[in-house]
Amino acid sequence: MTDNPSLLAAEHIGKSFIGMKALDDVSFDVRAGEIHALLGENGAGKSTLIKVLTGVYRPDAGVIKLDGQAVNVRDTQHAQKLGIGTVYQEVNLLPNMSVADNLFIGRQPMRFGFTDRRLMEKRSREILAQYDLDLDVTSDLSRYSVAVQQLVAIARAVDMSGRILILDEPTASLDSHETEILFAILRQLKARGLGIVFITHFLDQVYEICDRVTVLRNGKLAGSATTEVLPKIELVSLMLGRTLAVATHNVRRARPAPKVRQFSFKGLGRSRSIAPFDLDIGQGEVIGMAGLLGSGRTETARLLFGIDAADKGQASIEGKPVHIRTPREAVALGFGLCPEDRKSDGIIGDLSVRENISLALQAQRGWFNRLSRREQIALADKFVRALDIRTTDIEKPVKLLSGGNQQKVILARWLATSPRFLILDEPTRGIDVGAHAEIIALINQLCDDGMALLVISSEIDEIVAYSTRVVVLRDRVHRGELSGDDITTSNIMQMIAADPEGATA
Amino acid sequence: MSTRLLPFYATLLICALAYAACVFQFPAMLSFRVAGNLLTDNAFLGIAAVGMTFVILSGGIDLSVGSVIAFTGVLLAVLITHYGVHPLIAFAIALSITTVFGASMGAIIHYLEVPAFIVTLAGMFLARGMCFVMTTDSIPIDHQFYTALQGLFYRLPGGGRLTFIGCLMIIVFVAGILMAHFSKFGSYIYAVGGNRTSAELMGVPVARTTIGIYAMSGFLSGLAGIVFSLYTSAGYSLAAVGVELDTIAAVVIGGTLLTGGVGYVAGTFIGVIIQGIIQTYIVFDGTLSSWWTKIVVGVLLFSFIAMQRILVFLSSKRTTAIGGG
Repeated sequence: MTDNPSLLAAEHIGKSFIGMKALDDVSFDVRAGEIHALLGENGAGKSTLIKVLTGVYRPDAGVIKLDGQAVNVRDTQHAQKLGIGTVYQEVNLLPNMSVADNLFIGRQPMRFGFTDRRLMEKRSREILAQYDLDLDVTSDLSRYSVAVQQLVAIARAVDMSGRILILDEPTASLDSHETEILFAILRQLKARGLGIVFITHFLDQVYEICDRVTVLRNGKLAGSATTEVLPKIELVSLMLGRTLAVATHNVRRARPAPKVRQFSFKGLGRSRSIAPFDLDIGQGEVIGMAGLLGSGRTETARLLFGIDAADKGQASIEGKPVHIRTPREAVALGFGLCPEDRKSDGIIGDLSVRENISLALQAQRGWFNRLSRREQIALADKFVRALDIRTTDIEKPVKLLSGGNQQKVILARWLATSPRFLILDEPTRGIDVGAHAEIIALINQLCDDGMALLVISSEIDEIVAYSTRVVVLRDRVHRGELSGDDITTSNIMQMIAADPEGATA
Repeated sequence: MSTRLLPFYATLLICALAYAACVFQFPAMLSFRVAGNLLTDNAFLGIAAVGMTFVILSGGIDLSVGSVIAFTGVLLAVLITHYGVHPLIAFAIALSITTVFGASMGAIIHYLEVPAFIVTLAGMFLARGMCFVMTTDSIPIDHQFYTALQGLFYRLPGGGRLTFIGCLMIIVFVAGILMAHFSKFGSYIYAVGGNRTSAELMGVPVARTTIGIYAMSGFLSGLAGIVFSLYTSAGYSLAAVGVELDTIAAVVIGGTLLTGGVGYVAGTFIGVIIQGIIQTYIVFDGTLSSWWTKIVVGVLLFSFIAMQRILVFLSSKRTTAIGGG
């Protein structure tokens, strides 16, 4: 089936943004009836290529061909008319409008010159039923979780894609059940002869569902092959441009637990958010927090950091009781939090790398004790080097950086305040393999330097690699704790799946 | 859904309570005559406020409304009285000019990426200045077609009159509501106000929508100018000063968020009527200064903005409790 003629092809595409070549002589094509994986590290140019294909950006060089005919994709609307449905990276929908509006905007069914709302709502329910979603389609999209919004975005794109479907990291916020449903739908579409472009960071998914792989690296084409003939290790080295280092051994686990655990939380809880839990953490410890989406991991972090006020329980530091009611108070006590959704909670896109890094330290010092520009530059330079943040200039607006580098900027912001207790919520979400390894190495290093860390992650392998202890959550309750040699992937999985409902996920 | 509709219901409740309080004190206010006059007296404000609702829903602002109303009035007076143009032709000329004026402001806002506040502020000065270029006098309009239109009304029981301009306002509101919820253009306005980048990626024609919104606001300001001219039978350069602020107040009191994306055209209608009721009350009382309207509107605005912030805060609390990992 991959011998079909190509449906959509990009030939010798070049695209530059001020001072940076985002795409350089990249060719890519997708055939009818195939799922084509587009891979690469963050900043490799995948999203840029997608945006060129769908008319968001205009290429500086090269041609786009549809059915062998050169086309000039004017804008996203034109791309949709050509039968290209797209889900761009990170959810891009309209939270202020209803679910049905989001599914049908721009192509509402009309009757006597007016939108036929009843038909629109009926069809919305039918579309969502394919994804096992039973939503109130007339209520605002903002009422639903990120995962549901992601599914709605996918449902919209699938429903619109007459010929080609492009999915830029669709599975980042989906759990395994939702991912399975998505894959089943993709297989149906493939059988119907659609060409599908699939961008992901999960290599297993590439092998599960994709027919061909194209890898980009630093804006250039690194290679293209059918999945059958490409071993995984070769794929990874294509992506990284180097062979993968052997996974670091978790050495700290053998170490004795610290005598004193300075940070202690007793019976902390908040009704309708998270059941009361106990948590103690000391210097040089990494607590991994595992659980499914919605199990209460983020809620725990929000409570510890004072974003949500606890309605029960007691926190103490070095035996002294403390009250943490706002993030400000938490910061003053030496806490730091890197939030899960960096786009809306962490990064200030229009500010430069330097300003983003200096922000938390400045806030901690108070507005009257201003960081001089020289101090800011020194600080930014230090962390850009220490964390290997890839940017042409520390004065570059953060929004122009790739996802992994944005994550590092947030991390740098908190590290600049030299926190004693740092909470990382999904630090590796949506970033590539290379940056992944770097962030893990960084976590290990911070721990060796004597920081107390709490890391929330959906990637169990990752948690196993760096945690000294692991807390497992399920259904908004802290279910148990693993330490020492008990920390294994299978133990964690068993705890997560202990009840029959969780077992399917 | 419920939190989104809450400001609208609150406005409706306040409107009902205010009217009830007025009627309690002056039973004569409960009559078709007062109701008819409410519509007639606020017709130009209401029509302009519909345009403003769409502008604010899209996350923008239009400060040129009052000046465009005055400009239309002066232009009509000059055309009809000085040049003997038939009012219908004068109407068509005025509406074309104001629509093009609005569309060009929209184009500047979109293509040059200048904030709407600045562009329409410039538009406000420009339109007001054009009035003075045409004439500095107050020009009366005395034309039989005007007299005919002014004499056109539906007699309500109890001596009330549903005038032509009152009807026109209701028609504009009904058309506005239909457009907001039952047309593609309406959905694009909400989309652009909700998240411009997302709207663009979802294939919403942002350029066309932005230009369309300001063109429509220009058109409705022109129509409000025609209504104002019918209401006063004159054109005067200094008329309708600050009307844009009254319309913004009506829109916000009507429950539309100034940040865009959330709100209802029907709410604006209630917002206009509330302002009208306060004015009527002052007329009935006879001793109060008309500035009391401004004071009450100010207090209402404050309380509505505070209420909206609280609602947004509460609903965001609730979503974080539901979502997240």
